[in-house]
Amino acid sequence: MILSMRGICKAFPGVRALQDVDFTLRKGEIHALMGENGAGKSTLIKVLTGVYTKDAGEILIGEDQLPVSIRSPQDAQNAGISTVYQEITLCPNLTVAENMFIGREKGAGVNWKERERKTGELLESLGIPARPRQQLGNCSLAVQQMVAIARAVDMECRVLILDEPTSSLDEKEVEMLFSLMRDLKARGVGIIFVTHFLEQVYAVSDRITVLRNGELVGEFPVEKLPQVELVAMMMGKELEGLNVMGKAGERAADSSETLYEAHGLSSTASRPFDFHIAKGEVNGFTGLLGSGRSESVRAIFGADRVTGGKVTMNGKPVKISSPADAMKQGIAYLPEDRKRDGIIADLSVRENIILALQVMKGFFHPISRAEAEKFADEYIKALEIKTASQDAPIKSLSGGNQQKVILARWLLTHPQYLILDEPTRGIDVGTKTEIQRLVLKLSEEGMSVTFISSEIEEMLRTCSRLIVMRDRNIVGELTGDELTQDHVMYTIAGGGD
Amino acid sequence: MSMISGKKPAVGKKREPITDTILLMSITIGIFLAMYVVAMLAFGGGFLKPQQIFDMLNENAFLIIISCGLTVVMITGSIDISVGGVTALVAMVGVMTLNGSMFPGAELSDGMRIFIAALMAIGIGLAFGAVQGALIAFLEIQPFIVTLAGMFFARGMITIISVQPQKATGDIMAVLQRRLEIPWLGSPNKKGVMIPAKIEIGVIIALAVVAVIFVLLRWMKLGRGFYAVGGNQQSALMLGINVRRTRFMAHLISGLLAGIAGFVFMMHTGAGNATNATASEMNAIASSIIGGTLLTGGVGNVIGTFFGVLTLTTIKSIVVTSGLREPWWQSITTGAMLCFFILLQSVVLSSRGKGGLRARMKAWTGKKTG
Repeated sequence: MILSMRGICKAFPGVRALQDVDFTLRKGEIHALMGENGAGKSTLIKVLTGVYTKDAGEILIGEDQLPVSIRSPQDAQNAGISTVYQEITLCPNLTVAENMFIGREKGAGVNWKERERKTGELLESLGIPARPRQQLGNCSLAVQQMVAIARAVDMECRVLILDEPTSSLDEKEVEMLFSLMRDLKARGVGIIFVTHFLEQVYAVSDRITVLRNGELVGEFPVEKLPQVELVAMMMGKELEGLNVMGKAGERAADSSETLYEAHGLSSTASRPFDFHIAKGEVNGFTGLLGSGRSESVRAIFGADRVTGGKVTMNGKPVKISSPADAMKQGIAYLPEDRKRDGIIADLSVRENIILALQVMKGFFHPISRAEAEKFADEYIKALEIKTASQDAPIKSLSGGNQQKVILARWLLTHPQYLILDEPTRGIDVGTKTEIQRLVLKLSEEGMSVTFISSEIEEMLRTCSRLIVMRDRNIVGELTGDELTQDHVMYTIAGGGD
Repeated sequence: MSMISGKKPAVGKKREPITDTILLMSITIGIFLAMYVVAMLAFGGGFLKPQQIFDMLNENAFLIIISCGLTVVMITGSIDISVGGVTALVAMVGVMTLNGSMFPGAELSDGMRIFIAALMAIGIGLAFGAVQGALIAFLEIQPFIVTLAGMFFARGMITIISVQPQKATGDIMAVLQRRLEIPWLGSPNKKGVMIPAKIEIGVIIALAVVAVIFVLLRWMKLGRGFYAVGGNQQSALMLGINVRRTRFMAHLISGLLAGIAGFVFMMHTGAGNATNATASEMNAIASSIIGGTLLTGGVGNVIGTFFGVLTLTTIKSIVVTSGLREPWWQSITTGAMLCFFILLQSVVLSSRGKGGLRARMKAWTGKKTG
């Protein structure tokens, strides 16, 4: 044992981020830390690296398991705990050698020869394909990451935390990183591997710890935990006995007339994929966090830079390379992060509602005050938005009602195709059901809807077709009888091995 | 795949990689030399005499010094536009110390006056650097605003000290304006008499400053910290660098150099005037940029900056020699020059790491035809 964390608790105002969590790391093992959004992974890491101070619990380190107090990142470093983050925390304008040694040398001068000699030796012994005098920014991301790891190794770290190290690497680079990880493991470094790529977990890890809602679900040797069980644990579902409510997919067959179709659509954030939706159909993208759900719909809407693919709308080829293009084609998109991408906090409810319509009309054709009031009234009533008046600033509304305002904004443009990315996150159960009902009603009126949600039940209740994604690829499409929780989880986990 | 399985990466086979800093500096030096050779061939005359270069240096020694300061500040990703004002303020204070109007009544020897003037130059420079640096580094106020205030303050102070322009003359200036003569670099005048090349003391100070700052930036931990902070402030912090202290030191150095530059300016002109060194901060920024310092920080070098000043000066004298004597032509060429260098830098830098310039050009032309 090289590290044990016992009974770690951490609370933030209103949230219990960690509750009595245990975690152990052996010498020379790769230990995957898994969990969905809000599971407490990053809180645990931050407690360990001294970014947060724990409320309760103890941290023991080293082979003799001495208790340590970690109150700052410096403490963590002194205890031999190093972290390599997803974003490179090195300086791109400096050479590899300089990045290895800057900030940890003694004296006022710099000995370049010594720096470069030591760096050369270390790079060679770790098999990192970089040269000491190369400028870091000219190395590939994978090499930059490996240089960061080499720096940590040279600082005699015993515990190395890799926080989502692979999310911007391609397959070959991931392989390079893995062989470095295995090499470090052989040298006795304990590695905590945080990732949301299931296959990568199974490729390198020895043990897996699963967290959910700030609590420890369990710690398992990797060979004892099939992927599907891991997925079930992360999502907090039992595998058996869930088929009871598997009736959702039986809604009438959707009209066969295709509204939107994409072939090989790709963007800077998503890999090429095929996708289509019929008129009046409700379908959904599902998968774990980071599987590429949002990236796919953002590509459809042109929210990220589109890099390829053919798109047709009502059978006619169209070019959608920006949100404005998509809006012209009658596509509306409710973004995942409504605080950042959606609401304009200080504007009134009315102004927030008419915003998209105004953009579509162009700013030289202002919507009159009377019209705006009429629209606002109509939708406040139709969606039962609870607000003091249409003049109230949107920030004064509850999360669910803010979401409805944004929905109203898009409905007002009479879209043919509505994309909802996590429309129910963080809103109360009542409003959730209302939004689900609204989605079904809109589809009956002929609108096509694509729905993304982390909650499988919600998806099963509303969608007649589910596109399942794993590690940024579409891995399955479920319809009819296949629309059950078990099926979804098996597909996410990859065929249930 | 060989990259992955092979334990030994191919080291030493390929050309030694060079950094952006060295690449940009080499480009500047290359362009300067090419430009000077063209000027020699096209205009002959003055450009063939070594004295031409020495005159450029004599005239611009103070500019070289403040440009070094700006290079340091710009490498950390900051800016200092107070340097021109500080230079002028120091020059005014210095001149008045020399001609006695600063301390009326006090009987001081010439040597003592020079000593006090030098001390005040360094003091004023450090004071500006320290206050501005503290506001920028510790209170995190925008450098542009802080040094803009510093510039107005310095310019205002000049008029408060003396509304009238001041002059220092006589023996004391003769001492300060003594020139180093180098006979073997001399050239014959119209009558055929060999006139030795003449260099002012200020140039020697400027060259010493370049050397000291070069060593600081290359071999001192503080200097490397400037690059790290300019490259990525957040990363620098994570790498264990005291970011605040580093930013403070950059401004302190810039202030100190502006003080020294003021003294050098005074030695050259012997005049104190509220409009002294007007817009020299802009020339210093331009020189740094031409010398390969990026305004975004993290890249730059004082050798490049030195050649940046020479490039800027040479282009101006080429403009004048070619008959465009009106001052606006110099401004226009300076602007065009700056534009050209910035464009060149961005093309060179953006092509790095993407298969080099050639691959990039190919992709470009390929797109155009296809």
